[in-house]
Amino acid sequence: MRAYLIRRLLLVIPTVFIITLIIFFLMRMVPGDIVDDLVWQMEEAGTISEVDEDLLRAHYGLGEPAVIQYGRFLGVTPQKNGKFAGLLQGDLGVSWKQRRPVTEMIGEKLAVTFELGLLSFILAQLISLPIGIISALRQNTLADYVGRSFAIVFISFPSFWVATMVIVFPGLWWGYLPPVRWTPFLDNPMKNLNGVWVPALVSALLMGGGMMRWVRTMMLEVLRQDYIRTAWSKGLVETLVVARHALKNTMIPVVTIMGLQIPILIGGNIIIEQIFNLPGMGFMTITALNTRDYPLVSGIMIVLSFGIVLINVITDIMYGVLDPKVQYD
Amino acid sequence: MADANVARTLATETKEPNKLGGFFKKLFRHHPLGAFGLVITVSFLLTAVFAETIAPYDMNASDIKRRLQPPSREFLLGTDLIGRDMFSRIVIGTRTSLTIGLAAAAGSVVIALVMGILSAYLGGIVDMAVQRFVDAWMCIPGLSILLVIVSITGTSIPAMIFILSLGGIVGSRLIRSTVIRIREDMYLAAATAIGSGTLRILLRHVLPNILAPTIVAFTGSVPGMILAEAGLSFLGFGLGPPTPSWGAMLSGQVRFHMFEAPHLVIWPGVALGLVVYSTNMFGDALRDILDPRLRGGGGRFSGTAAQRKQQKAGDSAKRS
Repeated sequence: MRAYLIRRLLLVIPTVFIITLIIFFLMRMVPGDIVDDLVWQMEEAGTISEVDEDLLRAHYGLGEPAVIQYGRFLGVTPQKNGKFAGLLQGDLGVSWKQRRPVTEMIGEKLAVTFELGLLSFILAQLISLPIGIISALRQNTLADYVGRSFAIVFISFPSFWVATMVIVFPGLWWGYLPPVRWTPFLDNPMKNLNGVWVPALVSALLMGGGMMRWVRTMMLEVLRQDYIRTAWSKGLVETLVVARHALKNTMIPVVTIMGLQIPILIGGNIIIEQIFNLPGMGFMTITALNTRDYPLVSGIMIVLSFGIVLINVITDIMYGVLDPKVQYD
Repeated sequence: MADANVARTLATETKEPNKLGGFFKKLFRHHPLGAFGLVITVSFLLTAVFAETIAPYDMNASDIKRRLQPPSREFLLGTDLIGRDMFSRIVIGTRTSLTIGLAAAAGSVVIALVMGILSAYLGGIVDMAVQRFVDAWMCIPGLSILLVIVSITGTSIPAMIFILSLGGIVGSRLIRSTVIRIREDMYLAAATAIGSGTLRILLRHVLPNILAPTIVAFTGSVPGMILAEAGLSFLGFGLGPPTPSWGAMLSGQVRFHMFEAPHLVIWPGVALGLVVYSTNMFGDALRDILDPRLRGGGGRFSGTAAQRKQQKAGDSAKRS
């Protein structure tokens, strides 16, 4: 187990390295840099007639070769002031628009995204596990058909449409609108949850629909195994067969799929935050892209991706804990 | 497009003359939901092809005095912010959605095939490098990386197709594992023994043997592509105003009027949901018929009637 753990953790290094490569070089390919932006702003304001763009670029360190810039981004080559300030030092650079450290800006938004993500993940499991299990146990009964139909509807309709309907119809029928302003959890937990439960539920329904199908599939697979037949034939009641024998074996593949679904959940929440006006990282991504604040965009992507890497590692370890058959040579 | 592909596989897979007929018989008899999905998908395809004939009005003809009209006999789904007929716009939007969905699914399959086959067949350092790249790619939240790439490429139709095709990078995993499974098969050794070149082996022996999962990957990714296009357009990173896109119809100015005119936001989403639902259903049925190995026990939407009966008998026997 320890050898497996070490190997799994070592595998994180190339993954994280390639993630930084992809993000850094993709962001460089986006047309327009801070100098273009400054020149545009100044022209707009009518304050300048002629600028030395190269001098400006040199000032921002954009004149150096890409490799050196990447090194600075990582924190392995020194910045112009001779200090090392990059990813390794936990520094994501400075926002072009707000002139503030990106880490600080992300830190303010992280809580919202994390809360929405966690709540929708929990709700998704609360929805998908019971329905998936009942659906499998009562295969081809009314309960099964109803559960499956709901699952298909929720994976077929786009989140932004479901979210819009959830805003429009309660508003039309009962005059209810989800709160527009965000209240931090620590200020007023009830008010905070009041604002976040609707978006979390919408997001959860979409993930839950997909998860429910997987839970059902895996459960059916397990229910056909010999050890389940043995459990039945020794006279166990259904609750025990399911709880003691079927469920744990069902959860092994399901945990892996949960891990794979989390990036999709995080991506989907970008749209959800946008619709429900939640001031999280998704909301900030769209704003940052629209205002061409690229250090901020790459900072957000780095933080989200590293979060997913961490979740993947946890998933793999859980897989090992759940499945004693996994061999760690 | 999907049909043509099915026909091609079925033709290459076996020498039986009437395989396609057999396929439809199986589909309609044992997979009613899949058949239903196929019918809806085909009607949407026809709508996309004959969009101009079906649309009662010119999609750009606007009458500002009759804006935000509720659905009526004259305007089936009402009119939009500048008095254009919603029904006509949704009909034309079918073309945008399906063109991009199908082309991007095809593109993603091509990427998945090239990456998956090369990675599995060449093995060694190439495999190692490609797989680490896929690992990393899978960790970056899909939507945010698509948004960044849209900022690089712009929002033309070919660009959208290319961007969405990148989904194939993740899909290459499935292809890779399939190729690894057949890599040690006898016929490949035989082909090598008689001196076939790598390219010939890949095209003549490997490709036909992974066609079933490829088709499944294709139909399976169409609904996701359609949703992704709609999502990007919704966020304002999709096709621009002259092209009607279902996703874009729900965003922008419309959101200030959605309470007085809910038809503006209801119907584009219903159209999207229907297309995605039916392609999902058809894709699932196709997977069950073409590739039993991917079925994963009984987790299908529609098993065969005989299997169901058997299962039921087994279940009741278990309980009694």
